[in-house]
Amino acid sequence: MNKILTKKNIAALLLIVAIYAVLLTCDSMGLFNRQTKALLVPIGINIMLAVSLNLMVGFLGELSLGHAGFMSVGAYAGCIFTIHAEMPMWLELPLAMLLGGVVAGVFGLLIGIPALRLRGDYLAIVTLAFGEIIRAVLNNVSLVGGAGGLNGIPKYSNYTIVYVMAVITIIIIANLVKSRHGRAICSIRDNIIASEAMGIPVVKYKLMAFIVAAFFAGIAGVLYGHNLGILKPSTFDFNKSIEILVMVVMGGMGSLPGSIIAAFLITVLPEALRSLQDYRMLIYAVVLIAMMLLNNNARFNEFKQRIFSKKATRQGANLTKEGK
Amino acid sequence: MSTMLEVKNLGISFGGLRAVDGFNVNIEKGQLYGLIGPNGAGKTTVFNLLTGVYQPTMGTFSLDGENLTGKNTLEISHKGIARTFQNIRLFSKMTVLDNVKVGLHNKVKYSLASGMLRLPSYFKDEKFLNERAKELLDVFGLYGEREYLASNLPYGKQRKLEIARALATGPKLLLLDEPAAGMNPNETAELMDTIHFVRDEFDMTILLIEHDMKLVGGICEEITVLNFGQVLAQGKPADVLNDPKVVVAYLGE
Amino acid sequence: MKINEVVSLEFLAQMINGLSLGSIYALIALGYTMVYGICKMLNFAHGDVIMVGAYMLSVAMGMLGLPPVLAILLSMVVCACLGVTIERIAYKPLRNASPLAVLITAIGVSYFLQSSALLIFGSTQRKVESAINVSSVQLGELTIGGNALVTLLLTIVLMTGLTWFINHTMTGKAMLAVSEDKGAAQLMGVNVNRTIATTFLIGSALAAVAGVLFISSYGFVGPYTGAMPGIKAFVAAVLGGIGSVPGAMLGGILLGLIESLSKAYISTQLADAIVFGVLIVVLLVKPTGLLGKKRTEKV
Repeated sequence: MNKILTKKNIAALLLIVAIYAVLLTCDSMGLFNRQTKALLVPIGINIMLAVSLNLMVGFLGELSLGHAGFMSVGAYAGCIFTIHAEMPMWLELPLAMLLGGVVAGVFGLLIGIPALRLRGDYLAIVTLAFGEIIRAVLNNVSLVGGAGGLNGIPKYSNYTIVYVMAVITIIIIANLVKSRHGRAICSIRDNIIASEAMGIPVVKYKLMAFIVAAFFAGIAGVLYGHNLGILKPSTFDFNKSIEILVMVVMGGMGSLPGSIIAAFLITVLPEALRSLQDYRMLIYAVVLIAMMLLNNNARFNEFKQRIFSKKATRQGANLTKEGK
Repeated sequence: MSTMLEVKNLGISFGGLRAVDGFNVNIEKGQLYGLIGPNGAGKTTVFNLLTGVYQPTMGTFSLDGENLTGKNTLEISHKGIARTFQNIRLFSKMTVLDNVKVGLHNKVKYSLASGMLRLPSYFKDEKFLNERAKELLDVFGLYGEREYLASNLPYGKQRKLEIARALATGPKLLLLDEPAAGMNPNETAELMDTIHFVRDEFDMTILLIEHDMKLVGGICEEITVLNFGQVLAQGKPADVLNDPKVVVAYLGE
Repeated sequence: MKINEVVSLEFLAQMINGLSLGSIYALIALGYTMVYGICKMLNFAHGDVIMVGAYMLSVAMGMLGLPPVLAILLSMVVCACLGVTIERIAYKPLRNASPLAVLITAIGVSYFLQSSALLIFGSTQRKVESAINVSSVQLGELTIGGNALVTLLLTIVLMTGLTWFINHTMTGKAMLAVSEDKGAAQLMGVNVNRTIATTFLIGSALAAVAGVLFISSYGFVGPYTGAMPGIKAFVAAVLGGIGSVPGAMLGGILLGLIESLSKAYISTQLADAIVFGVLIVVLLVKPTGLLGKKRTEKV
């Protein structure tokens, strides 16, 4: 309970350092071929996207179908900044990420406002509409390259930067979820009427979840733009939003480790199994349907509980020990 | 003694149907007050009016001298009325401990940044919350189950947890909507002891809805009987429960 | 004087375009609104049923060489079966699940239909010959295309038929009862499962008709053909007030007019954005739509 140096945190820190050490060693020993190396940055970006969307879907309990929209406004804001700013990279990129995050956050606020009045299905459609409007506008504004895309973005992103940013995103969102703010957000998901009766300012916390999620999607967008060097509106379509949703659903709504693993798998598997490429969308569809049907299947839940019940009794034993 | 809740002529109609009509009640500070009546008499509607879920179409109510008529659920919660629900409304996918900590939400003030970055104020405030939550859970004998999901608790304990969560908001007035519903006689007797204990320990004013007349008569100092949205009788349990009008309302002619 | 005439003639032609497009949206919107009214769920996959209907038409006419009327009927039957199957497999087990779970499943089904079509028919769009062979009608200087005419007439007939069906048959009344209160309807002896299946059946058959009409004016079908009309029809259903059958008609027509006029007078590329903008404004100002009624949760 007390302070930062708990066993759990030290273990997490060691894991973070170890993964990076492995990356670095593999890279310096030339174990990565070009394709593998090219995957590292997208993995990190997708982890950021999945973890931030999970805040909205898994913890707040509101479906967003416009996460790619938040990503795109952040990406464009940040990348336009680096194209025009004449600064050294170490200053330019952090500023671009901050700007991208803030711009996306502002859009999160704008989309969050209708969310206050709307129930799940309607809200989902509003986020979808938002994503489509953004794409239509970006396609038609020649100032940002229109449908042809925004060119000439410096390729700043590398796996070190993306790794650091993904770790920061995970830590901040994990901390948020375990704070009083996070509990308020989860209480809205579980029972909004009780939440309000317990004195939770529901409006404030819904908006907070939207803004924070959009903020990190925006940063992910900035890193995305600085990885490819070009931004095209067509990248940020409905399918991209669904892809992020599939990561969240596959990993388990409300589970951050799940989101991380699913983001990794969904980025890597299609590349590793080229033959699956054609079936990619079909697999996404099956994942979405199967996960929902299984989660709501009484027999499956019973089975799951039986597996986890061993763990639960163990926890119970620990509790009584602590109590003494 | 001073008046904690004063309700004057409160009423609401839903499209012509007067669900509650001219409801009056005075509850003293520290009183354990019962609200009884047959099914559909409007008891829960009174709670919904007092917590801003519905807005009254007539009348006023005030808490500790402050008029709260027209305020919304959130404002009323902040002013010090907390409630439980007839159909339990726990945060089912959160732990028992976290349910109570949501109730304690406004007792600490650390910022979003502090929560995200775990600044010292986070640790200080969370420590306070954990201690406070332990006190509350101990009252209801739930501390041993603090890491369980609320939905995995047995029914009777869920009702208790709801009371603990409501108490966590630090209310001046606690509204309990059929706290003993679905419990067996032993559990009910035990719960009534706990409610008594809560009143004494926290110096709480409690308004309680119950179905079972005997039960209410046993622990409440004063009761009001509601029938078809109107007050049928009001006063000491012994007098009210023997009132022929009340007997008729419950048992029929 | 002469310019005025030209403008107003073009305006009239655009209005007719809008009405015809709006009728198609209205037919699709009916499926959304009926399912929403009864199951309180957004059947995201409804738009893709249109796509299946259009492919069926192209298969029936092109490969099987069936006459148009038979081809249309076949496509209606296939879509009706598809709708019922989707409900049975994907939605029925989730009757008591959270709305979020149902919505995600529906998105999954939509994706499933799209990707299956992609695997079966490939990503290139197929040309479909029009199932409607009606010559255009000349009203003074105004020409009304045969497609538009048939679309309008067919929509009016189907709408009237559906309204009659809901209000005057036992099945229709059962649908109303289930949408009002599922539990109470069951207690009164209504077979809820069958009623819900019927709703999906009718909605999907109507979507097949909409698909045929849409493809007859558009000329091509691809795996994603249904996505946009589907989403727009949903917008129409929301605009009119979801759960309300007259609302779906009103919403569909309004949306068709808005789209066709903004294409003509504002910008072709931004027409979709304008449609979505309308949706957001409607939801902000009147979330229950034009003809919808408010529902409050019991505490």
